Amino acid sequence: MSLEPEAARPREGRAHEIRFTLNGVQRSASVGITMSALQMLRDVIGLTGTKYGCGEGECGACTIIVDGLSVNSCLLFALDCDGRELTTIEGLAGDARAKVLSQAFVEYGAVQCGFCTPGMMVQATHLLATQPHPDAAAAKRAIEGNLCRCTGYQKIAQAIVAAGQALAAGDQP
Amino acid sequence: MNPAVQTSEDARRFGAEQVEHVDRMNPAVQTPEDYLAATSLVEALTALRAGASVCVLAGGTDLMPQLHAGRSKPARLLLNIRRVPGLDAIGIEADSLRIGALTTIAQLLVDPLLRTQAPLLAEAADHFASDQIRNAATLGGNVCNASPAGDMLTPLLALDAQVELAFLGGDGSARTRRLALDGFFTGPGSTQRKPHELLTALLVPLAPTGQVARFFKSGSRPALDISTISIAFSARRDAGGLLHGVRLALGAVAPTPLRARRTEALLEGKALDAALAAQAAASAAEEAKPIDDVRASAWYRRELLRNMTRRMLEDVART
Repeated sequence: MSLEPEAARPREGRAHEIRFTLNGVQRSASVGITMSALQMLRDVIGLTGTKYGCGEGECGACTIIVDGLSVNSCLLFALDCDGRELTTIEGLAGDARAKVLSQAFVEYGAVQCGFCTPGMMVQATHLLATQPHPDAAAAKRAIEGNLCRCTGYQKIAQAIVAAGQALAAGDQP
Repeated sequence: MNPAVQTSEDARRFGAEQVEHVDRMNPAVQTPEDYLAATSLVEALTALRAGASVCVLAGGTDLMPQLHAGRSKPARLLLNIRRVPGLDAIGIEADSLRIGALTTIAQLLVDPLLRTQAPLLAEAADHFASDQIRNAATLGGNVCNASPAGDMLTPLLALDAQVELAFLGGDGSARTRRLALDGFFTGPGSTQRKPHELLTALLVPLAPTGQVARFFKSGSRPALDISTISIAFSARRDAGGLLHGVRLALGAVAPTPLRARRTEALLEGKALDAALAAQAAASAAEEAKPIDDVRASAWYRRELLRNMTRRMLEDVART
């Protein structure tokens, strides 16, 4: 399933073989020169949890963690994943911190249509990993690069703060 | 965007976004055929000197949308420099702060040395895009991309930054030359960097005693906005309150970020008060050459620049 109309895509150039760690597992993939990490994840590897929203870094639906930092996978060259460590929303399934966070998302009604949720979850997990007890301002600041067209953000920010508090209270990962 | 602004004449007059219209109509959408992830500076410089047109990749946050919109410059080789060691360090070299070209915007936000020696850059970094983009985008990329609205460019200009360009010497080793950032930008998306050169570092003089510096960026929301205008101010203030080494840099009001030289001269050696701030603000507005585009009209940009420069300078006068 292609992300964009064919006409909007550049030719991908000669394919190159890369190796990287994806959600803790060694992978290899054959990728074109201009292919994004997002295209690779969805079209080549078949992990569709990471969403294509805007394709230019404005919406954050494609957020993944690379070498411990959150980035827009639509702006990352697939080739540049060579030798690096990637975590997607699928990789957070076994993450205890993300589990507390997803419970908080459900509890606070932070999920409506769900399209932004993988990106929100990955970005918020990254926030909790670097700043375990964010206040509302820190939570809002962290998701500045993630658009949500349903919730108005309040519930998402509340869920992130609550997850931080739950983790601090001892629901430790 | 304004569909009326599509001729090459307009492209020369106007900013980068208008240029993209012109390039988009060029049927020769150019995908690099080859890829190299250089693991040493000499390897990167050798590839640059080999003659084929080369597109340099660092963070990729500007390049990827450019490629996908068909508005990147044609290139045969995509040269990834992110694995070149030593280009992401921040350190002191003689009387300057040396910031490696691969330093990410996120690093600028937290680096303790930079926060002490060039706090204006940390402040500007705080207004840069989003967390995800700050984690990937590099300072060198922001400079080489040479957008008139580049967020880090006005603070770098206000701090008298220099660029370090590396190239392969005749003996096969890396050589460097340095240029003032002022004058480095030659138009939207173009600089004085030669095709065989690689930008390796930015050098910023260590903060002098009594430095006062301010940054302002206008956008319709705090995150991810391309600035309508930006202003960076820096000066030394002596014990008597007089300003020296005044720098006022303006972004998104001309084809390149620019220094408002007449306004700087107006402020030089003087003590700021409300009247001088107003006079300087009027002068800065006159020096700007803004255009109408999707983000704002030229009139609005000029008024915004006048008002925000005045406020900024009044704030300097008060503190």
